[in-house]
Amino acid sequence: MTRLAELAIGSDARVTAVSGHDEIAQRLLEMGLTPGTPVRLLGAAPLGDPLELLVRGYHLSVRRAEAARVEVSDA
Amino acid sequence: MVEATATRDGVVALLGNPNTGKSTIFNALCGSRQRVGNFPGVTVEKKLGSLHVEGRRLQLIDLPGTYSLAPRSPDELLTVEVLLGRRSDCPRPDAVLCIVDASNLERNLYLVSQVLETGLPTVVALNMSDVAQARGIRIDVAGLSARLGVPVVPLVAHRGRGLADLRSALARAVDAPPRTAVSPFPEAFRGEVAQLERRMAGGATPWPRYLVERLLLDTSGFLAGAAEHNGADLPGELDAARERLAAADCPVPAIEAIARYEWVGRMLAGLVERPATRPVTMSDRIDRVLTHRLWGVVLFVLAMIVVFQAVFRWAVPAMDLLDAGVAGLGDAARAALPPGPAADLLVDGVLAGFGSVIVFLPQICLLFLFIAVLEDCGYMARAAFLMDKLMVRAGLSGKSFIPLLSSFACAIPGVMATRTIENRRDRLTTILIAPLMSCSARLPVYTILIAAFIPAGGWFGGWLGWQGLTLLAMYALGAVTAVGVALVLKRTLLRGPTPPFILELPSYKWPSPRVVLFRVVDRAWAFVRRAGTLIVAVSVLVWAALYFPRATAEIEQRFGPQRRDLEARIAAADGQRAEAKARLAQLELEQLGFQQRQSYLGRAGRWIEPLVRPLGWDWRIGCAVLASFPAREVVVATLGVIYDVGGAIDVADEHQAGALAGALRAARWEGTERRVFNVPVALGLMAFFALCAQCAPTLVVVRREANSWGWAAFTFVYMTTLAYLAALVVYQVGMRIAP
Repeated sequence: MTRLAELAIGSDARVTAVSGHDEIAQRLLEMGLTPGTPVRLLGAAPLGDPLELLVRGYHLSVRRAEAARVEVSDA
Repeated sequence: MVEATATRDGVVALLGNPNTGKSTIFNALCGSRQRVGNFPGVTVEKKLGSLHVEGRRLQLIDLPGTYSLAPRSPDELLTVEVLLGRRSDCPRPDAVLCIVDASNLERNLYLVSQVLETGLPTVVALNMSDVAQARGIRIDVAGLSARLGVPVVPLVAHRGRGLADLRSALARAVDAPPRTAVSPFPEAFRGEVAQLERRMAGGATPWPRYLVERLLLDTSGFLAGAAEHNGADLPGELDAARERLAAADCPVPAIEAIARYEWVGRMLAGLVERPATRPVTMSDRIDRVLTHRLWGVVLFVLAMIVVFQAVFRWAVPAMDLLDAGVAGLGDAARAALPPGPAADLLVDGVLAGFGSVIVFLPQICLLFLFIAVLEDCGYMARAAFLMDKLMVRAGLSGKSFIPLLSSFACAIPGVMATRTIENRRDRLTTILIAPLMSCSARLPVYTILIAAFIPAGGWFGGWLGWQGLTLLAMYALGAVTAVGVALVLKRTLLRGPTPPFILELPSYKWPSPRVVLFRVVDRAWAFVRRAGTLIVAVSVLVWAALYFPRATAEIEQRFGPQRRDLEARIAAADGQRAEAKARLAQLELEQLGFQQRQSYLGRAGRWIEPLVRPLGWDWRIGCAVLASFPAREVVVATLGVIYDVGGAIDVADEHQAGALAGALRAARWEGTERRVFNVPVALGLMAFFALCAQCAPTLVVVRREANSWGWAAFTFVYMTTLAYLAALVVYQVGMRIAP
């Protein structure tokens, strides 16, 4: 199992699950990171955190801590 | 609700994701026919506008931009309650206008799916159709409208295209009957909601289906806490229902997003044409530079320098002009009115207070000009993205950076700029620490004290000057204290889980001059109207405390004979005329000082002397500090009057500043030869002013933005306590090292 936070910059993947039942999990899901959704890790902020993602055609920024909630598989 | 039906022909709630041009549409539809108020207890603004269409008047409620109608806080619950017509202090909507970004349909339709579940007649506006077109996205609007079952209107709001169609769609929507709600959820989930709905119908105010559904989906316990549930174990029942749903392959809360995005997929299937590979847009290319490891940082620092310089320096000419204008008005009023308390009240109380309000306008306008441009073009989100890691160390998020940076110029626009922070605890923390940043009003205080007491020399042959270092130390003191206070607040009063940083980075676009202008005028006007009266009132009160009681008899007894003698010598026009004139001027300053020393505030200064003695202050400094409550820079003028050098002191004028510095150096404890000021006293006084909350406008703005007098009082108390302690430590330690 790979986590979104562990992906190499520029790589594509597909969301398999978002762990947890709390507000953070809910927000990630609401923003479109539902199982089966393709996602690309575009880059990281100059200080290494947060990350920039491409999901459902728009750019989304999440911290590494939140990206670790998102489990992904190969695209 | 009664007024809504009696005087208006319909009410429309305006809803949409952030960055969809919602405010552009609100402004385009309502123009200047809008007003802003507050809801009690929350920080959400109540923004109402009206428009005339086809001979009728529609009222528009602008709800805060949101990605989802899933209330997890009082602020979010308020949005949903307004939408569902459950607030007695806001008209009940007859229809909803939902703005969606045509270039980002999938995520935007998530909110639409929630709106459709409320059953309210809905109009969907496809904004930024031009951007979608430029990206090669083609949408079958008629097909989408048929599938959604509601009118869909394509718009290019910032060019005004499509607005006429939108208006008539709204006029029709308010007459439309309620729609049958479409639920995207699977059967098992709908069954549980129906069961729960019956269960909740027993209460005094029955819950609409949408809220019941939210109750089942809200795992945070917030809504269950807000529900009245007849003593029964609602949380336990909810848990049981969720377990049943998990077994039926409907895991809560994930099922909501899964079901809604599946519904969105069904709605869009075959109706949207996109290029096979996502083209690299101009926005993507710009983003690569602006979030680049090196260039992103360099450009960010440059942008911040420009913003800071603008507020700190470019505003100065306009501020000087306003100052001069108010002074001119004062002179004119003095010339027109007979001398006496009425003229003094008007000029030194009311006009001075008015001046202290409008003098902030250049800074507020300039800062919001930059903020509005940065926000509208999409850079604001990148600024938060770039600075987040740094701010996390202070327990905040990247969104707090710009408000705090602006506070170094002036805390008032800084506090007003915290609106972009959605998390309530983060926003409050930022509001509470913003006044600790050394603002430009502290500079005159630092300048005069540094010039008077800090030697001009330095280390390394003067390269590292003591005066400059002192100034730097004062700025650092404020910033370091702010970080400390933020960390303490986030562990005590404002404790809670670290809010997530899940932020859309919108596409870059040219800022719309209309939106920018509206924002600037709106902020400036909000400040003048809401803060203005209170600030003038405080200023008049402090003026009265310094002005009364009049010591006319004592002044006559003490200065009368000498004054008449001098006046006679001036009239006689002998060789000593010039000298007599100078002595008369000095005498007048002494009279002014005498009057002030025995005023109520002067007496209060004597009264608090035991309190300020440990700081090395005499009662006159205490009095000057009290008098500077409306604005800290006033302390310079008050010290001037109290030490008989007059109140009109321009710290940039060497002669005037020198006179005050000389008077301060010469000041003695009453009845002794001991000097009041030395280096530790001066440093302590500066430290006090670095941390104190001596600025009535800031406190008024804090109360307005936090929507509570409690937080404004808290700000005053904690800052004054810290300021006192800092002055105490600096003085006591200083006296032991170098008395």
